[in-house]
Amino acid sequence: MLGKLTLSSIPYDVPILVGTFIGVAVIGIAVLAAVTYFKKWGYLWREWLTTVDHKKLAIMYVVLGLVMLVRGFADALMMRTQLALAYAGNPGYLPPHHYDQVFSAHGTIMIFFMAMVMMQALFNFVVPLQIGARDVAFPLINSISFYMTLVSAILINISLFIGEFSNVGWLGYPPISELQFNPGVGVDYYIWSVQISGIGTLLTGMNFLTTIIKLRAPGMKWMHIPVFTWTAFFACVMILTTFPVLTVSMALLALDRYLGMHFFTNDGGGSVMLYLNLIWSWGHPEVYILILPAFGVFSEIAATFSGKPLFGYATMVIATGIITFLGSIVWVHHFFTMGAGADVNTFFGIMTMFIAVPTGVKIFNWLFTMYKGRVRFEGPMHWIVGFMITFSIGGMTGVMMAMPAADWVVHNSLFLVAHFHNVIIGGVFFGYVAGLSYWFPKAFGYKMRDVWGKWAFRFWFVGFYLSFIPLYAVGLEGMTRRMNHYDNPNWHPWLLVACVGVFVLAAGLACQVIQFVLAAFDAVNKKPDALDLTGDNWGSGRTLEWSLPSPVPHYNFARLPVIRGLDTFHIEKELGRPAPVSELEPIHMPKYSAVGPMLGACGLLIGFALVWHIWWAVIVGLVVAFFTIVHRSANLDVDFYVTVEEIRADEEAFARRLAAAKAAE
Amino acid sequence: MKRLWRFFPALPALMLSGCTVDLLQPAGPIGEGNRDMMVLEWAVMMCVVVPVIIATLVFAWKYRASNTKAEYLRNWSHSNKIEVFIWGVPILIILVLSGFNYWSTHYYDPYKPISKEMQVKVGAPDAKPLHVEVVSLDWKWLFIYPDLGIATINELDVPTKTPLDFRITSDSVMTSFFIPQLGSQIYSMAGMETQLHLMASRPGNFQGEAAQYTGPGFSDMRFRTIAMPQEQFDAWVQNVRSGDNPLAAKEALDAQTYLKYHAAPAAPHAEAPKPAPVVYFSNVQSGLFESIVAKYNVGMTHENHGTSMGDKSMDMPAESHTAAPSNTGM
Repeated sequence: MLGKLTLSSIPYDVPILVGTFIGVAVIGIAVLAAVTYFKKWGYLWREWLTTVDHKKLAIMYVVLGLVMLVRGFADALMMRTQLALAYAGNPGYLPPHHYDQVFSAHGTIMIFFMAMVMMQALFNFVVPLQIGARDVAFPLINSISFYMTLVSAILINISLFIGEFSNVGWLGYPPISELQFNPGVGVDYYIWSVQISGIGTLLTGMNFLTTIIKLRAPGMKWMHIPVFTWTAFFACVMILTTFPVLTVSMALLALDRYLGMHFFTNDGGGSVMLYLNLIWSWGHPEVYILILPAFGVFSEIAATFSGKPLFGYATMVIATGIITFLGSIVWVHHFFTMGAGADVNTFFGIMTMFIAVPTGVKIFNWLFTMYKGRVRFEGPMHWIVGFMITFSIGGMTGVMMAMPAADWVVHNSLFLVAHFHNVIIGGVFFGYVAGLSYWFPKAFGYKMRDVWGKWAFRFWFVGFYLSFIPLYAVGLEGMTRRMNHYDNPNWHPWLLVACVGVFVLAAGLACQVIQFVLAAFDAVNKKPDALDLTGDNWGSGRTLEWSLPSPVPHYNFARLPVIRGLDTFHIEKELGRPAPVSELEPIHMPKYSAVGPMLGACGLLIGFALVWHIWWAVIVGLVVAFFTIVHRSANLDVDFYVTVEEIRADEEAFARRLAAAKAAE
Repeated sequence: MKRLWRFFPALPALMLSGCTVDLLQPAGPIGEGNRDMMVLEWAVMMCVVVPVIIATLVFAWKYRASNTKAEYLRNWSHSNKIEVFIWGVPILIILVLSGFNYWSTHYYDPYKPISKEMQVKVGAPDAKPLHVEVVSLDWKWLFIYPDLGIATINELDVPTKTPLDFRITSDSVMTSFFIPQLGSQIYSMAGMETQLHLMASRPGNFQGEAAQYTGPGFSDMRFRTIAMPQEQFDAWVQNVRSGDNPLAAKEALDAQTYLKYHAAPAAPHAEAPKPAPVVYFSNVQSGLFESIVAKYNVGMTHENHGTSMGDKSMDMPAESHTAAPSNTGM
């Protein structure tokens, strides 16, 4: 009846997990009780859970991303404290069985459920607003994307309390991830949560690519597209070219484990080399999928806070395209040590090095955007300066490892771990956090308190160097990644420093949480100076989203904007906004739908049942999902019109706020 | 944090690895090559990275909004001169590094035997290479010296100034064979043979490790690499052959006794498996390495693929791969 699931699957003998479970349960019950007490279930369902509005989905993505950031960060804290303790005979407090799950969960969560989630949040919120669209091309699919991501994140967290998680790292290398060496359910949790979230990401890629190609406002030529949207465009291209490869690799691994096939097993003609090639031909583009939108965020922020257009817009677009291309043909640099011939290694090494060219160009572009500008160091701008310094160093170590002759000694070392945290934290994370603080007022109509953002930056910046410079050092001392304990006295002091560093990072994270809490507090109390009246919160916004009121009405644009070139809103501020030529018209919008949550529930059921081999539940999930889709396809009542009265009322309210803002000056 | 320092005992006067930064203080020509390439790239990249960081800080400071004296070009966003510079400089640098990349990838190719040039440099131009067959197991390393008829577990003894020809495979999961101070690492994979060529130019006791995660015993899957002058090495070989030392195994290593060492040690979830002790084998059945590779390939190795396997008695007992011990506790 319940497949492999028995009472003994619950790790009640591991105190850390029991404690975590109690904590999560208490918080969960408190949240549910609060929603019930304030009678918000109806509101939550009607306004949020069934929404197809890209802005609300973006906010839900952010909440999910932040929760998973805390989860992944807790894993990081555990790893660093374990390595600070587990020296010279001391086993530390995490035995390998637990520790190995922690590092696997950390990587999987941070990439799939923090970074990818934040990226989709930014796509959702920013892209339609920047191109003058009223929604994405397929609003319902957008909601389904979110639910696929959400339920796979839930699935990975269920593995904490029921069964176990994968213990073989974030990419699940065979043959150790095969049944022969790994008969438990951990790898199955990994496979299905990655697989389900991959469906969501693939749909997002398709959705936003279509949106950018088809839904740009009249007059927006390709070279009028704001840089963030360009980076989203290229990231979507890479999602569409590479995520199917991930799906296939996971599917083949699942076939090995479930049906006894031999794609990647040691015997029966399986080849681990096949898996490495497949997974990295997704995995390497994946890091560019993450970093390109961060580059986009920095481009927007650099221009806004320097009071100047972005230097070298065309160059920026071309460089992004080149990175997209080169990023897709360098995957072998993840295994120069596999024994490929010198010519193969040389090709992939040199291609990897060449990625430094367009990336370097981008750094120079941001540099020359600041040059002869009027740079205002509000919160978001801090992150970009920190990014340019940190990312340059990370890029340098990246080029160092692009040379096979050097990589052969730093491969799989903590030097490598330091390198990718250098670019992922210094690049992706700094970028997404900057983006969050940059667009936050646009989403909520309230500013965050900048001082907490600045403190968050300082802690993250210092904490990063404290945490990861030591890892570069121990990497050079020959320390490999994923070690649980060690006895080399040279490594110990460095790992103690890294442990201090991670607590500094924790302080940064705490500042960010405080910043969000205070913003919510200000919003509830309607604190007047936190209000964003004009919609152009930073005063120097250049792209279309800043022309809208904050928060943005659900239909985005009362009249579709007329695009007059790059940075239309800036042009309008300079030359004056043309008087509207057309009367307001009813706006055609999609209705909210329960299909997303329904399919999400099916996905969760199917995923969980597959992990535990509960076959009847898999069938139930598939059948319900099928009929949900059939029902939706037969349902013609899926849209409505926003009335002219509503739009006019919104417009007049916005005009009053603008007037009030002007009077206040 | 103070309490953590309690676990930091006084540095032992004589640590086996010495107080070295392994990758920057290599003990052989391959390791030196790895280091030189790394340092070279670091130096070249610093020529860009340092100016960029300085420029970032200078521009950020000079063009801060409160400095109204600084020039402000509010619509300036293009300059052909700067574009040529920002594309040209990175391209030039990468072209230079690409040249080094091509040369070093070929010159230090792990599959290439140690060059005459390197042998001359260490002052032993005529030394014949020592063949070592490496097998990664759960969670230990087996080193077979086919020409000497001996084998060891978790200790690799080599003569200095002698080219070391490694043939590497795995009889469990994939991992990576790595001696940081000697240089390059190469994966070990079941059913496949990879190669690596290293040389120790001076005596020493170096850490050796599995550089790819292998399961609960991964952290202790380490071995000491002891490089010594040829005469000492010969004496060591004699000692191992005699079987008269505390580390000696009671039996010869053949297809049957091998199974005993192949088994993964069991360990409960709550603790790490015990590290495998060092073992010396005075006698090794010849062809053992080939049969370990072959058992994943329907009895065939790459060399005799398609031809008859020859000595059938060398086949591993059939149960060894179908009933390979699972990593208990995973």
